[in-house]
Amino acid sequence: MKLLPKKSASTFSLFIVATALCAMLLAGCGNDQPKEQAQQAAPEAPAAPQKVTLKLAIDADPVSLDPHVQLSGGMLQLSHMVFDPLVRYDSKDMHFVPRLAERWERIDDLTMRFFLRKGVKFHSGNEFTAEDVAFTLERLKKSEDYKGLFEPFVSANIVDPYTIDLITAKPYGLVLNMATYIFPMDKQFYTGTDDKGLEKDRIVKTDYSFANENESGTGPFAVTSREQGVRTVFTRFADYWDKSGNVDEIILTPIKNDATRVAALLSGDVDFILPVPPQDLDRIGNTQGLKLITMSGTRIITMQLNGERNPALKDPKVRLAMDYAYDNHGVVEKIMNNFATAAGQMSPDGYMGHNPELTPRFDMEKAQALMAESSFPNGFEATMIAPNNRYVNDAKIAEAFVSMMSRLNIKISLKTMPKAQYWDEFDAQVADIQMIGWHADTEDSGNFYEFLSMCRNAETGYGQYNSGNYCNPRVDELTLAAQTETDLDKRAAMLQEVEKIQYDEAGYIPLHWQNLSWASKSNMNTEEIVNVMDFPYFGDLIVE
Amino acid sequence: MFAFAIKRILQAVIVMLIISFIGFAIKHNFGDPVRDLVGQRVTPAERAEIRQKLGLNDPFMIQYVRFLGAAVQGDLGQSYFFKRPASEVIIKKAPATLELVFCASLIIVLLSVPLGIYAAIRPKTLFSRFIMSGSIVGVSMPVFLTAILLIYIFSVELKWLPSFGRGETVLLFGWWDTGLLTVDGLLHLIMPSIALSSIMLPLFIRLIRSEMMEVLESEYVKYAWAKGLKPRRVWWVHAFKNTLLPVITVGGVQLGIMVAFTILTETVFQWQGMGSMFIESVERSDTSLMVAYLVFVGFVFVLVNTAVDIIYGLVNPTVRVAGRK
Repeated sequence: MKLLPKKSASTFSLFIVATALCAMLLAGCGNDQPKEQAQQAAPEAPAAPQKVTLKLAIDADPVSLDPHVQLSGGMLQLSHMVFDPLVRYDSKDMHFVPRLAERWERIDDLTMRFFLRKGVKFHSGNEFTAEDVAFTLERLKKSEDYKGLFEPFVSANIVDPYTIDLITAKPYGLVLNMATYIFPMDKQFYTGTDDKGLEKDRIVKTDYSFANENESGTGPFAVTSREQGVRTVFTRFADYWDKSGNVDEIILTPIKNDATRVAALLSGDVDFILPVPPQDLDRIGNTQGLKLITMSGTRIITMQLNGERNPALKDPKVRLAMDYAYDNHGVVEKIMNNFATAAGQMSPDGYMGHNPELTPRFDMEKAQALMAESSFPNGFEATMIAPNNRYVNDAKIAEAFVSMMSRLNIKISLKTMPKAQYWDEFDAQVADIQMIGWHADTEDSGNFYEFLSMCRNAETGYGQYNSGNYCNPRVDELTLAAQTETDLDKRAAMLQEVEKIQYDEAGYIPLHWQNLSWASKSNMNTEEIVNVMDFPYFGDLIVE
Repeated sequence: MFAFAIKRILQAVIVMLIISFIGFAIKHNFGDPVRDLVGQRVTPAERAEIRQKLGLNDPFMIQYVRFLGAAVQGDLGQSYFFKRPASEVIIKKAPATLELVFCASLIIVLLSVPLGIYAAIRPKTLFSRFIMSGSIVGVSMPVFLTAILLIYIFSVELKWLPSFGRGETVLLFGWWDTGLLTVDGLLHLIMPSIALSSIMLPLFIRLIRSEMMEVLESEYVKYAWAKGLKPRRVWWVHAFKNTLLPVITVGGVQLGIMVAFTILTETVFQWQGMGSMFIESVERSDTSLMVAYLVFVGFVFVLVNTAVDIIYGLVNPTVRVAGRK
């Protein structure tokens, strides 16, 4: 009696095991059958193509969905996904390629005619026409961030629904550069009032506006969900005219922390990151299945020497001596981990003003000789400020600069500070030597000179960031003349002459151009979509 | 009792005034938020105009009084980056932080109590020594380093756990975005909770151990042993219950420190809570969100402390006597 329950239990469990085995066998057979069927069926009717999703991590979230609310790298990256410009830069070199404008021609000195692509639709379903371009230009001229760039433009004349003339007040050589900023917005969608009774086309920086939260562009992707700072989902716009890419969905997550962003890529949680922190370049480059792409960038980092504050810095020989004493290549190698390009001028390679003869000069003997000849053979004291969270390794570079100058007996007292405090001090010119980095938003050399090297003029705004108070009338003359020169060869010669003048006079001390970097899984044509402006053309991305 | 409560509330109001004043003073001296709102090309004149519109050109006291007036009505200002009221942004981000703090506290309670008691009862065993030396490592390792190490081991090398973010969340009651109800959300919680608990856990183990050892030496425990009670009853009922009081008091204080440590943890894990929001507001010079967060956190602390004090007063009249002096 006592044994019976145990026995029955064991037979019961045996039964269960047997049933389970049978079930597994059956299931196994069952599994095999459909597989075979699928294999047979495959050639006749291919399975629906899988949805391609790109998980993207960027260091910062775009501030808004309104492309005109701020002129910044993040906003332009967004604009290239959601909107689409009239023309854009080729990703190989800096040539213009057609987008919404199929072709263009100069009618006269003041007029450039754009022939627009036909059959282009906005995300709202509206048809894209010349009306939208005119509307967008009007809005750009109202935007605080863009109106400076679009000041040369007087109006947009609609010739017919697919032809528009952009008219400038004076001859202007950068019409196409500016056309890369014209991302047509849907006039019909952004006109009228929203449900709060506010104008839909208002440009608002710090508060709600319709355009900050809704979008209708003609770009490759439409925004389907957005939680600011957390996650934005972009879905392929079915009616997009350009079919070169194959990504159906992009999930954008901002990941601020450098190490986390890299870890997310290494662990496979994201597919594409930008930028790659310099300390992790080797690691990503050496990881199988990942692809690292770097290129020389266009942001110049310089030191401005204020001769008005410190008489020693007015001495041309002292300035030259300091330039000779700064080891551009050494800093690039040791502090920037080779992740920068040593600079001898402002214009990077590819810019019109780039003068290939002007290479970085480092010659300590010559520097010391020049110093000995100057009016300050025994050196002098100076003050200096630099930011410590604005440019890559900014504070370290500033320290290196200080120690290099000490070899000329120039004693520099350096103060570094966060960018939130830095710019007020910079404007107030609190120090003799000040650091600044600059990216030309026109992608043109003239922009560097207008802001950094022209004589300071409060009325015109020229030389606004020239805290060294460098002033050479010839530089001003050439820069202004280049603004209205439409013959591009002549223009290039003028701009290159400016670089030469500044080089010979050591108008400032150029340090380097910051490099750019992207990393992705290796099954993508990443190298074809990234460019020196750092707006990857995700619409063209192909994931294998 | 009523007088005590009134007095305590008055004190709380004064503390809030001081916190808001300090927060606002930081904001005022932090730098120009407009620089982060505009491109490099915007002229000084236009920037001045934006500052004027945002009311940043007014004297400090006028801005502060205006801020106070609005704050009393629950308006903590406008976040420049999020382009909506700061209080709304903070409340939206609060659940993420609270869930993280909750999970980390759970880990701390569940591990520190048994480990601390064991180390007190059997101080000489190998395991106790291991716990104690391990806790020294834990205390001395910075949170962000622990976090990065966790990510590299479990996400990059082993690929077991997701490396960042909150994963899939479910919306509860229309405002509570919770990650506690999905598998994905729970997986995302594991590493940040461990990282966040890594500082407090060793501290609590050591605290419970030392308190417990002290109690075990006391007369009434010796008396309990002499009575011939079972060890389990002596340890749990007589000793541990009395260990708990100081631990809870310290725990309350440490909870505040934990909220501060969420800032580091959240930044490393890209955890979308109040901590990473605060860091981002500092980096983006979103000064009004920054000050709103300081005031909000200060308010929560003052509220909790005041409530605790009043409850203490109700429970233990000697506190009231001490308060009266």
